[in-house]
Amino acid sequence: MEKGTCNQGTQRKLVLSNERIAGLLKELLDCSEAQGISACFMCRTCSSSCPIATLEKGFDPVKLIRMCLYGLWDQLLRDPTLWLCTSCYACQERCPQGIKIADFITVLKNLAVKKGEPPPGIKAQREIITQAGRVYPLDEFDNKKRAKMGLPELPTTCTVVGRLIGAE
Amino acid sequence: MKYALFLGCTIPARARNYELSARSVASRLGIEFIDIQDFVCCGFPMKGIDRRAAWLMGAYNLALVENKGLDVCTLCSSCTSALTEVAHSMASEEDHGDMLASLEQMGFQYTGKVKVRHIARILFEQVDREKIRKTFEKDLSGLRVAVHYGCHYFKPSEVYEGFDDPEAPYTIEELVRLTGAQVVDYPGKKRCCGGPVLPVEEKAALTVAKQKLDDIREVGADLICLVCPFCALMYDGNQKGIEAEFEESYNIPVLYLTQLLGVAMGIDRKPLGLNLNVVKTKKLLERFY
Ligand code: SF4
Ligand code: SF4
Repeated sequence: MEKGTCNQGTQRKLVLSNERIAGLLKELLDCSEAQGISACFMCRTCSSSCPIATLEKGFDPVKLIRMCLYGLWDQLLRDPTLWLCTSCYACQERCPQGIKIADFITVLKNLAVKKGEPPPGIKAQREIITQAGRVYPLDEFDNKKRAKMGLPELPTTCTVVGRLIGAE
Repeated sequence: MKYALFLGCTIPARARNYELSARSVASRLGIEFIDIQDFVCCGFPMKGIDRRAAWLMGAYNLALVENKGLDVCTLCSSCTSALTEVAHSMASEEDHGDMLASLEQMGFQYTGKVKVRHIARILFEQVDREKIRKTFEKDLSGLRVAVHYGCHYFKPSEVYEGFDDPEAPYTIEELVRLTGAQVVDYPGKKRCCGGPVLPVEEKAALTVAKQKLDDIREVGADLICLVCPFCALMYDGNQKGIEAEFEESYNIPVLYLTQLLGVAMGIDRKPLGLNLNVVKTKKLLERFY
């Protein structure tokens, strides 16, 4: 399939005043994960395999795919339920059409972050990883506890992640 | 057998029982672990925010290992999938040129040589069953074990190149059976622990975890055996919270696979970190100590 043809909406001329959104949209349609989604034939194997869709009414992987196919991109990237996906891959492993559903949702999350703010918990995680190099930074007290158990001490600071990804 | 031990973030800070037991069991089996001080987060928690950043973090860690001419042993399933995805992507047609260039600018080289394996996978694939059996001093028969595989131990399956079977997983159960313990099947065995949504929607995460605790209580298992610190956080760390939230009572001990194997090996409670498990294991394991 040619890039960008996964979505009927791309055949229409994009009338988006906001250039930034247009850029994100291009990124979405160009990424390999989105290329296959037009093959979705609504069997709902994904929804019935999803541990979240079975208990949170607002969340449904096939809904996210259909929204993309129907061209509801702005709404899609604003959808707070994106963040309910656990990336468990249950849907992706079972989709008879081989759609990389979980990876596609990861792409949507990335674009939602570029477009606006991630949920507070996720944002805090990003900041701490960038600054400390780990989700749970270690301090001298941790190292003392580790040493007492015979475990090797670990660094309590880290600048490499900030340099590696922070500059972007 | 020698591996760089990748601890990730959660284990050295919050799951030292896993680290202790993994080191103890590996040493009994003659597996040598090399600690690399400069490791950073595997990148998994960054994936939803910025896939490029996540890839770079994974590749940085693997570059450190490659530099030492080693392969990686992981303990956390999320670390396993994040690093396996990076390793696997190097063999694909995708172009990582600009990201590899960013790494090189910082003085690190990664060419894709490193193999990433979870410790359970190493025990399953690389260590002779007889050799494992010979280290056992206690017979665990009579223990009814519910195995929780979690998700990223073997998914997405395309990057794991045929390891285990996400629809009918068996590798951990086979290792548990070596101890003489009985593996009990239960509905919902393949369900995710819910952990990743904990920072976003706590109630949903706890509900997902509760469903599994319900299923496991129903079949009357004595304990849950698992291989990931996130999953342990949900079933062990949050078990009391789930009991309070939903007015339930479970009291089901949760052991890492390495702790269970360690019990069979006759290793003391302390070097297995059993005293650090939140749901107490003392009564369950009384007859072995
Ligand atoms: S499983 Fe695949 S084909 Fe079926 S509804 Fe979900 S995305 Fe569409
Ligand atoms: S990866 Fe996300 S959408 Fe797919 S089954 Fe898991 S929680 Fe549901």
